[in-house]
Amino acid sequence: MIPCMSRWIPITFVLLSAAFLVFSWSIYFDEAIYENKPAEYDAEMQKQGRLVWQKYNCHVCHQLYGLGGFLGPDLTNVSEKGFYYLDAFLKNGTASMPIFELTEEETQQLFEFLKATNASGSSNPKDYRKLWNGMIEQ
Amino acid sequence: MKKLNANTGNLFLITALVLFMASVVFGFLGSLIYRYPEFLRDSIGLSGLRPMHVTAAIFWILLAATGAVYRSLEEIAKQQNYKLLQFIHWALWIVAIIGIYYAYFTGNFGGREYWEYPPEFAIIIGLAWMLFLIVFILRVRAIKKWPVYIWMWLTGIVYFLFIFIENYLWVIPYFRESFIKDMVIQWKATGSIVGAFNMLVYGTAFYVMERISKQANTGFNNWVFALFFLSFFNMLFNWGHHLYLVPTNPTIHYVGYIVSMTEWVFFIKILYNWKSQVTEAEAYYHYFPYRFLLAANFWLFFNLTIALFMSVPVINLYMHGTHFITAHAMGTTIGINSMILLAAVFYFLLPERKSHQSRWLKIGFWGAQVSLFVFLMALMAMGVVKSLWFFEAPQAPFAEMMERSRGWIVLFIISGLSLMGSFLLLGLYLIITSFRQKAVSLKKKLEP
Repeated sequence: MIPCMSRWIPITFVLLSAAFLVFSWSIYFDEAIYENKPAEYDAEMQKQGRLVWQKYNCHVCHQLYGLGGFLGPDLTNVSEKGFYYLDAFLKNGTASMPIFELTEEETQQLFEFLKATNASGSSNPKDYRKLWNGMIEQ
Repeated sequence: MKKLNANTGNLFLITALVLFMASVVFGFLGSLIYRYPEFLRDSIGLSGLRPMHVTAAIFWILLAATGAVYRSLEEIAKQQNYKLLQFIHWALWIVAIIGIYYAYFTGNFGGREYWEYPPEFAIIIGLAWMLFLIVFILRVRAIKKWPVYIWMWLTGIVYFLFIFIENYLWVIPYFRESFIKDMVIQWKATGSIVGAFNMLVYGTAFYVMERISKQANTGFNNWVFALFFLSFFNMLFNWGHHLYLVPTNPTIHYVGYIVSMTEWVFFIKILYNWKSQVTEAEAYYHYFPYRFLLAANFWLFFNLTIALFMSVPVINLYMHGTHFITAHAMGTTIGINSMILLAAVFYFLLPERKSHQSRWLKIGFWGAQVSLFVFLMALMAMGVVKSLWFFEAPQAPFAEMMERSRGWIVLFIISGLSLMGSFLLLGLYLIITSFRQKAVSLKKKLEP
């Protein structure tokens, strides 16, 4: 190694770490509202609904914005089909989905969470525009 | 007690191997559900099997890398220090693993993707990791000039801890107020934490490579340091490519896009080094640590090619949400991380070349490579089917799209079975042979 390089190693390490911390901070405290659809939902219930999603491991089979499992469909915009559509699947299951015994309150919280995911935009790849620089946007 | 903590590095390596074997068994059982959806549906189901598989796979990587770091530091310092702290470190992991699998088998979840256990167990893992950091610093502080792998291990340990905490910000309600912000933080953490444990794995690869080829200079090579900083830069900032479809601040998308493109340097460097590697392979081919490192290099090339395409947003649009992503994740964890860690496990548990002259090892090695190739091809074919379905009009129901993949799913299951068999063969050979060697050396010591 070139001898003078060795002192640049800790300096580069610290500089990159500092840049990362600043970037992270800007994300943690970003107050912008990213919603592309006029959908109303209960803010408190959607927070609890996120925990219901986790408690029953919905992500193992389903996706939000294409992120999650592959056994079932993406559920980002499923709330557009209404509460009873979701409720029917949860209560009756399908060939690949067991019956989940959610309480009425949990089902309602989960539905509010899915209304919040729907409000943020569309997960359908057909709804994205391709830009000249290779980027995509809704 | 004295015997147990005699070599904590080996305890970590053996525990990791058991988790590795558990991971492939759970993974195979989970794969059956894609073809036979009613299999275990009303008992453990995919919602239980997938967390069991993923947790075992992640813990295999973390524990094998930890064991390799401890064993490497022993070789560098030529002594074993802080044995008790290391043993407590291992014991904390054992408590966490038993607790987590008890929770899984009793249907108690609550965590997020890849970390589905109840978040209370994260406290034990966090404590174990803090202890790892303390032991690591205590052990390396006497080394004046650090080779690249020590920098990589330090980076991996420090950043894993930071990102692991970030991964649990969701327990604070403030971070769940905005669904988009919550999702960005989740995938920021997921993307970066993989980079953090890759630092531990790649650091181990450099160390083992240096020891095999006896080129002590590798750890201080300028190119190696340049690549380390490029990996570090990518670990910190390239995670945005997971979120191209998520409608958030465009800066996140552009930073991810631009930083991901710097990975072309790795791609070109691999091609540039290819010829010298072939020459080296002739010298070390029959030594399994080297053979696994060579295999990891091939899979690195394979996965980097997919990753580079996925990092371009307009191409990502067609691959995102499809099995291409699974192929990439599986290719990385099995093809790169597991091959490097198996090289390390062979190097530390069965260092003598005479232990490597086995037909079973050859079958296991080649079985794993060929099965993995077919396995990834089947996943990518399923990805193509789903991608075409995304853009067809009118769009067929989801179940019909799954039915179109039927043949590929069968291939995915058969290759998965063969992959499981090959890895079980390798894992059992390693465990049985290393215990047998220990027993022989103990017997020799006891003989008058």
